[in-house]
Amino acid sequence: MFAMKARRRGWIARAAALAVVAAALVFLAAAPAAADGSGLIFVSNEKSSTISILDGKTNTVIRSIKTCARPRGMHFSKDRKLFYVGCADDDLIAVYDTATARLVDRIRNIEEPETFDLHPDGSLLYVSNEEDATASVVDLATRKVIHTVDLGEEPEGVLFTSDGATVYVASEAANLVHVIDTASGEIRADILVDTRPRRFALTPDERELWVSAELAGMVDIIDTRTNKIIADIAFLPRGLRKEEVTPVDVLITRDGKTAFIALGRANHVAVVDVASRKVETYILVGKRPWGLALTRDEKTLYVANGLSDDLSIIDVASRRVLKSVPVGMVPYGILIDD
Amino acid sequence: MRPLAAVILAAAMALPALAAGALAAGNEAASEVAPMPIGYLEITGDERYDRNRSYAGIQVRRRWRPVAGAELAVRGTRVLRRALKVAFTLERGAAETASALVSVIERLAADEGVRFFLIDAPAAALGAVAEATRGKELLLFNVSEAADVLRGAQCQAHLMHVIPSHAMVTDALAQYLVARKWRDVLVLKGPLAEDAALVRAFENSARRFGVRIAATRDFVLGNDPREREKNNVVLLTQGVDYDAVFLADTEGEFGRYVPMQTALPRPVIGTEGLIAAAWHWSWERHGAPQLNQRFDKHAKRRMQGADWAAWAAVRAIVESVVRTGSTDFAEVGAYLRGDKLTLDGYKGNPASFRPWDNQLRQPILLHTHNAVVERAPLGGFLHPTQNMDTLGYDRGDGMCRF
Repeated sequence: MFAMKARRRGWIARAAALAVVAAALVFLAAAPAAADGSGLIFVSNEKSSTISILDGKTNTVIRSIKTCARPRGMHFSKDRKLFYVGCADDDLIAVYDTATARLVDRIRNIEEPETFDLHPDGSLLYVSNEEDATASVVDLATRKVIHTVDLGEEPEGVLFTSDGATVYVASEAANLVHVIDTASGEIRADILVDTRPRRFALTPDERELWVSAELAGMVDIIDTRTNKIIADIAFLPRGLRKEEVTPVDVLITRDGKTAFIALGRANHVAVVDVASRKVETYILVGKRPWGLALTRDEKTLYVANGLSDDLSIIDVASRRVLKSVPVGMVPYGILIDD
Repeated sequence: MRPLAAVILAAAMALPALAAGALAAGNEAASEVAPMPIGYLEITGDERYDRNRSYAGIQVRRRWRPVAGAELAVRGTRVLRRALKVAFTLERGAAETASALVSVIERLAADEGVRFFLIDAPAAALGAVAEATRGKELLLFNVSEAADVLRGAQCQAHLMHVIPSHAMVTDALAQYLVARKWRDVLVLKGPLAEDAALVRAFENSARRFGVRIAATRDFVLGNDPREREKNNVVLLTQGVDYDAVFLADTEGEFGRYVPMQTALPRPVIGTEGLIAAAWHWSWERHGAPQLNQRFDKHAKRRMQGADWAAWAAVRAIVESVVRTGSTDFAEVGAYLRGDKLTLDGYKGNPASFRPWDNQLRQPILLHTHNAVVERAPLGGFLHPTQNMDTLGYDRGDGMCRF
């Protein structure tokens, strides 16, 4: 199941080449100042309380470090010199030096952090506190919680708009997406969505917010100007029943053309054409994929498979799994420093 | 105290915008918050919770009243006061007898406008309360009583069952036996009526899934040598071959000595060893750790099946209010009983009520003392429309006619 080899065909290779050129152009336009990273890939393993570190060139695990208890969401600082890891069972966010993977600080007293997002200016973190029905706003200069926002039960996915004016938080158990005004810290809207909303992606024009609804087996698409659901996409890989499809992580490519959705218990990643909202294909991965990450060139997709303790590494152009790599127990988040 | 008409009017004024999917917050003056009280009733002195079933300070099987589950679910609705302008509350009541409990229901309905009642009562009292409230604009939720008869001959159109029935529990165990190819089973049956009911359910499950009952033997608790064929585990479990022992001891004092004492080295299932239940604290999939941790923090103990059922009953009501954008009894009730209900019970599959007997269809957890080893329905047990309906009475199976 995991040992699939990439079989390239001519037309796919040509399409890939085009896609690379397109991606490179978009990349140059979008992030001209980006520097090359260390090439390391960090994977948080929530049950073994470790971070697996992979060499991105060889896609092999080169070390594993012990972390605080139940590490889940991870995020780079703006300059990528640091990365943050939320440890749910220790109520803290650990701060690591990216180059050395050394622990440099702990931000304490954050109730059960699950996922979080960094303000585009790098100054703040919005952290969902799963057990507390709140989001904590952490000032990264002082590393203190400066504000708390009341949300529905089990807040999960957190996403800033690029101007930092708005942050979206999904409440898994309340089936709500909260729209928070970051200037005032007030709720602008609570949007009722399908069952168990988990993660977000914004289209590059930020007109559409895609929300995975895990138990409904679909993605809801919200118009960000009206805060209303305008469409949804249901997933059903061949041979599976609806209740086995539990989407979690969502990614949209920088060109806004393609979305990837990790389908949880369906053991597949869905590839969706964003414009037509049609599923192009389903890629078989490991068991219960949740976390997704794309390399900067968007050629490679990394998938964290929570129940087979491995990563599936997908060649985006051919839509095929190149390799699966064992990591720690219950891998959750992936960071790529490239 | 607020007349019901005013409640519904407030709801009608407050909620039209809900249908649009989004409500602007911070506009509290313009729209009033609609109250949505949920009743929670129990029988005082309910012997299922009798703490005297212990000896020398050893408590064999501790059961807690499940109110903490309901409280937790209501607590989880705080954000809906802002987001949907609905305020859920729990209105508690208790009485010693079924008839007194009916009076409490009538008072809460008349004075507080309560229409949805969770009821923690033993089978006889629950059946009597349901019988006495027939035809009224009420929905009752059974959160703690597994008796199959309440889903069968004594079923009532306004009595919903959130806790799994004995039939569901024994079907889950039978699926496990078949999946393991442990086909021959020795049944040990206790003296209580509930033990007999559990054995009847297991016999039905055995027929349904092709498990063979090698022998059924009655046990008694005691040391009388004249009754040793019935009170000695080794003697009870020898002279016949079997793959597993199904133990029906709902009290638990005899049963705790059965595992590791059988004449043959065979696993014990039923009320010891491998147990099938609505919930277990060690369940760690489908969001369960969050629910377990929240419950631990609230109740200062671990979540049990009935706690889960009380929690899920409130969640079903809340979900129906949220999805209909209404607090009107008829609308909320119709949604709750309909096929659109997608209740997230933290067990994977979305739960909903079976229209033929009002039982909540749900996965069942098969657990040992500290781990959930399987979740039923097990893979390979298929149903034409809904695999969860391989557990418990399927359409046309039971005696229930509304």
